[in-house]
Amino acid sequence: MNAVKKHYSGWSVLQEGLRGQTGWTKAWHDRDPAPRYDVVIIGGGGHGLATAYYLARTHGITRVAVIEKGWIGGGNTGRNTTIIRSNYFYPESAALYDLSVSLYEGLSRALNYNIMFSQRGMIEVAHSEAELEMMCRAANAMRINGVDIEIIDRDEVLRLAPLLAADLNVRWPVLGGQIQRRAGVARHDAVAWGYARAADSLGVHIIQNCEVIGVAIERGRVTAIETSRGRIVADRFGMAVAGHSSVLAGMAGFALPLQSYTLQAMVSEPVKPCLDVVVASSSHGAYVSQSDKGELVMGGNLDRCPSYAQRGNFPVTQSVVASLIEMFPAFASLKLMRQWGGIVDTSPDNSPILGPSPMEGLYLNCGWGTGGFKAIPAGGTLFAHILATGRHHPISAPFDLTRFDSGATIDEGHAGVAH
Amino acid sequence: MQQFPCPWCGNRAEGEFRYAGDAGIDRPERMVDDKAWAQYLHFRRNAKGAAQELWIHSSGCGRWIVLSRDTVTHVVTGSEPMA
Repeated sequence: MNAVKKHYSGWSVLQEGLRGQTGWTKAWHDRDPAPRYDVVIIGGGGHGLATAYYLARTHGITRVAVIEKGWIGGGNTGRNTTIIRSNYFYPESAALYDLSVSLYEGLSRALNYNIMFSQRGMIEVAHSEAELEMMCRAANAMRINGVDIEIIDRDEVLRLAPLLAADLNVRWPVLGGQIQRRAGVARHDAVAWGYARAADSLGVHIIQNCEVIGVAIERGRVTAIETSRGRIVADRFGMAVAGHSSVLAGMAGFALPLQSYTLQAMVSEPVKPCLDVVVASSSHGAYVSQSDKGELVMGGNLDRCPSYAQRGNFPVTQSVVASLIEMFPAFASLKLMRQWGGIVDTSPDNSPILGPSPMEGLYLNCGWGTGGFKAIPAGGTLFAHILATGRHHPISAPFDLTRFDSGATIDEGHAGVAH
Repeated sequence: MQQFPCPWCGNRAEGEFRYAGDAGIDRPERMVDDKAWAQYLHFRRNAKGAAQELWIHSSGCGRWIVLSRDTVTHVVTGSEPMA
């Protein structure tokens, strides 16, 4: 196989154009599992790949494998609506998600991979005086936490998103909103691929089509995992498997405070640029942005009951589309092109779980629920710190599993429509 | 839309029902430690496959039922009144 590391730049694109595109090499190696590693990360989504990258880059731990049962970035990383924001209420959450937005801002350069982070801003629309007042309260808290939030009036909302229904004599009139201007969207596959390529070039093994089928425990410690491609021994294991966290925890003999639900997303047929901000509405229960290809990317709330089916049920599809048309009447003439679902692991307080598991040697990165994509760089940074040192980072400490025993939960249940 | 069987009303559209959590979770004795209480409140099997769930027929007879449902295929194999 050719050497993998090739620097991506305008120059390399030009050079390859002149050479007939013959000099491109694979972005990462397809490895076979070695029998032993320092750290094994289960789950080759954004969080798993980012964790591997920061383990190698920040902590110098390169005997690392990321094992993935399918293909990397094929789960929720490749299924979400790619919104990145940090407008959360509590200081603990603000520290976590704002770290993530900051890391996203420099990620294309850090990884030498264009993740196409477009900080076009995100508006949450308020439809009643009461909602606007609660939004002001939340915005004040966020500003104290250092997050760039502004309350904007009805005129400004309609100036930024002119296709929003402006009529005041409707069920949910536009009265104002909240905007985070640093928020935006990114290319989700590029986030997975960029981290994979950068991790691989630092010596990390990326092993696809490798499913965990058993967990070996000796005296309360996870010592090895059985996979569809053989037994793998490691000093520490990190799990970043989102909707399947409970399944993996079950193999290791413990339960988690998680419930897996389907979160749907869908796109319309592509049209010319008509929406250059992300717009969300809790009252309607829907959010939308326009992709670079021109499709309107939309989503809404979780499906109605727990599910491991990556497809979603029809009543929610219907309600998302109905809400979108009520918000943007002009979109009624568009065809729905594709619809899909991902399995998200929701926690009781809608905050993630990071840190040690009840089994020694096994660490948790789960519970991101509907909002994992936006947190990938922070999740990877913090999880790498935990796996490298065996201790919490100050930002991850409040998100330990033991918060459910102590009652110190971080209830972000109101942090917007499913993100 | 999927049809769910209500033991009282027969097959009805799924939109009439609301999901209300796992069935068969017993409230512990009054004085338990924090860990046991947290297990009761928050920790779930989160089954992949066959599950026993509590639902309420909220837009129908209003009664609580136990639904046997598969969380992968979404097939409902039966329902009974809540014990």
